[in-house]
Amino acid sequence: MRSNLGFFSDEKFRSIFFQTLVVGLFALGLFFVISTTSYNLEKRNIATGWSFLQNPAGFDISFSPFLEFKSTDTHLKVYFVGVLNTLLVSITGCIAATILGFILGIVRLSSNWLLSRLVYIYVEFSRNVPLLLQIILWYSILIQLPRVKQSLQVLDVFYISNRGLYSPRPIFESGFSYVLIAIVLALISSFLINRWAKKRQDKTGQQFPVFSSSIGLIFIVPLILFFILGSPLSFEHPELKGFNFKGGLVIRPEFIAMFLALSIYTAAFISEIVRAGIMSVSKGQREASAAIGLKQTWIMRLIIIPQALRVIVPPLTSQYLNLTKNSSLGIAVGYADLVHGFGGISLNQTGQAIECMAIVMATYLSISLTISFFMNIYNRSIQFKEK
Amino acid sequence: MKKLLSIFAVVAFAFSAHAGTLDDVKNRGFLKCGVTTGLAGFAAPDDSGEWAGLDADMCRAVAVAVFGDRSKVEFITTTGKSRFPTLASGEVDMLARNTTWTISRDVNLGFEFVGVNFYDGQGFMVPSALGVSSATELDGATVCIQTGTTTELNLADFFRLNGISYEALPIETNDEGKENLFAGRCDVYTTDASGLSSTRAAASNPDKWVVLPEIISKEPLGPLVRHGDHQWGDVVRWSLNAMIIAEELGITSENVDAQMSSNVPEVLRLLGVEGNYGEMLELSNDWAYQIIKQIGNYSESYEANVGPDTPLEIARGLNALWTQGGILYAPPFR
Repeated sequence: MRSNLGFFSDEKFRSIFFQTLVVGLFALGLFFVISTTSYNLEKRNIATGWSFLQNPAGFDISFSPFLEFKSTDTHLKVYFVGVLNTLLVSITGCIAATILGFILGIVRLSSNWLLSRLVYIYVEFSRNVPLLLQIILWYSILIQLPRVKQSLQVLDVFYISNRGLYSPRPIFESGFSYVLIAIVLALISSFLINRWAKKRQDKTGQQFPVFSSSIGLIFIVPLILFFILGSPLSFEHPELKGFNFKGGLVIRPEFIAMFLALSIYTAAFISEIVRAGIMSVSKGQREASAAIGLKQTWIMRLIIIPQALRVIVPPLTSQYLNLTKNSSLGIAVGYADLVHGFGGISLNQTGQAIECMAIVMATYLSISLTISFFMNIYNRSIQFKEK
Repeated sequence: MKKLLSIFAVVAFAFSAHAGTLDDVKNRGFLKCGVTTGLAGFAAPDDSGEWAGLDADMCRAVAVAVFGDRSKVEFITTTGKSRFPTLASGEVDMLARNTTWTISRDVNLGFEFVGVNFYDGQGFMVPSALGVSSATELDGATVCIQTGTTTELNLADFFRLNGISYEALPIETNDEGKENLFAGRCDVYTTDASGLSSTRAAASNPDKWVVLPEIISKEPLGPLVRHGDHQWGDVVRWSLNAMIIAEELGITSENVDAQMSSNVPEVLRLLGVEGNYGEMLELSNDWAYQIIKQIGNYSESYEANVGPDTPLEIARGLNALWTQGGILYAPPFR
C-alpha cells in the first residue's frame, strides 16, 4: 500500500503536484477564454486590432484642463486626456481626503462631546451611503445653482453658477520665472537648514528656529523679489459674453461633484484609520512624555503620530487605491475620466470593446501599482528601525 | 493539440447562441428585442406599463410574424452605449432603437441594418427665451449631447465646418439630457429631430422651447440584427416591408379581413392567400396578415405613436410613401 502512494506521502512532491495542477488549470481556463473570444469575434465579423487608436476621434471633449483637445485628434489622445482627468480627480481627492481624514480622526478623539459626536454622525453617514448616490447628490445640488446669466458674484472676481466656478486666471509675465526660481531655491535651502539643525541638536542639544526661518525664506524672499521686478503678474478676468463666461479659470460642477463626493467619502474611512492608529499608541507613552515635560503639541508630533503612522499607513494605502478606482464612477455625472472618455465614448464609436477595456484595465492596474510602490517605500521609512 | 482546439471550438460554438436566430427564438418561445430606455413615441412604457411606440411596434411585428402573438416580446432596454454589445453578444435578437444606419456600424461592428422605419435628421432645441433663430448663432454655447451616438460626431463636424465653438456636456440618456437642459446646465440639446419633439412634448411648458430650423444630418433609423444570419435578417426586413406594403395597398387592421377576398394579386400574395411566401421565410403563411391585423400598417403605427395627433406632432414629411411625396419605399412583394 505504502509503496504505491509513496510519491504522494512526500510533502514536497505533493505541494509541487498541486501547484502545477492549479497553474495548469488556470492556463487552460485562460486559453479557453481567449480562444472562445477570438473564435466568436471572427464568427461575428468584428474587426480587431489596435489601428483604431490612430483614427481621428470625431467628437469633442470639453473638460481637458491639461491638453488641448479637438475633434480631429486621435483616440490615443482621448486616452491621454482621460488618464490626466482621472489622475487630476484622484490626486486632489487623495490630498483632500487625507487632510480632512486626519483632522476628523483627531477631533473624533477629542474630549469635546459635541464635536466628537458630530464627527461620529458624519463618519457613519458617509461610510454607509453608496458613493454613487453621494456623487449624484452633489451633482444635483450643484446644477440647482443659479443659471449662468444670474451668476452669484463673490468678491467681485469669482462667479458661481451651475456651469461652474469662474475665477481670474493668473498670467505670468516675463520676470516671473525669477520668482519661481527663488521659491525653489528657498525650498531647497530650508530643507538643508532643517537637516543641519537636526544634526546640531543631536550633537549639542541647541535648537534652531527652523519653522520661522523657513517661512521667511519661502514667502518673504520671493515676495520682495516679486516687487523689485515690478509685479510681473496680471489676471485675466472672466466675462459674460453670449452664452457663457469667456476667459478666466473655470472649475466645472462635474469635477466639483466628483471631488467632493470622493474626498468626503474616503475621509470618513481615513478618519477611522487615524483614530485606530492614535488609539494603538499605549497610554503610557503619552503619560511618560508628559512626565518629562514635553509640550502637548510636541507629544502629538514627536511621540504619538510617529508611532501611530506605523498602524495608519498600510490601510491608508488601500484607501488611496479605492479612491482612485472609485473615480471611475465619474461616468454618472459626465466627468470626462478614463472610463467615460476612452472606455466609453471611444469604445462605442469604434466598437473595439475588448481592446479599449484591456487598455483601461491595464491603466488602472499601473496607477494602483505605482501608488502601492510609493506608499510601500514611505511605509518602510516610518517603520520602527531596530538597531 | 489540434484535437483539443477542435473540442474548444465545439464548446465555444455551443456557447455562442446564434446557430440560427429564428430557431433560437422559436425554441425560446418569445422574442428579445432591444429598445431605448424610454423615448416617447418610439419606445416607452405607456400609462398601463405596456411598451408603446414606433420601435416597440417594430418588435411586436416581428413577434407576430414568428409566433402570431403580439405579446411574445421581451423588451430589453439599452443605452446608446450598451446597445451594440447587447446585440453582438446575443443578449437580444434584434435592435429597434432609433439607431442610425452608417457604414461603420453596418460593416465594422458586424451588424446588418435591414431597413429604415423612420427617416430622421439631427436638430437643435433651445429655450425660446434665448432668442436664437439659427444654429449658426450658437457660438460659445454649452451643448448637451448623448455620448456614443452619430449625433455626437455630426455636432463636432457642424461646429467645425461653421468655425464656431461650443462646449460639449456629455450625457448618457435622454432623461439626463432633459434634466440638464431644463436646469440650464446646457443651453442647447441636440439629437434627432424626432427625439427633440419627444423631449419637448415631455416639458412642463412646451412653448418655452423651440426646435431650430437646421437639420444638420441624415439619420435613417432602422432595425438591425447580427451580420451573417441572413434567414433572421430576412424575417425582420420583411416584417417591416409588410407594414409599408400594406399601407401602399391600402390594407389596414380594420379592413384586412375584407381584403382577404380582394381581387388584387399583390394583396392576396401579401395576406398569404396565394403563394407560399411564409414558407420561404420559415414562417406560417398568414404572417403578414397577422402583422396587419394585430399591429396595423405603417401609417397606423406612425399616426398612433408620432403623428400630428400625438404630443410629438411630427408630420409625415420624408416618412410619407414615395407615392405621396416621401421616400418610404418597399421592394415588390412577389
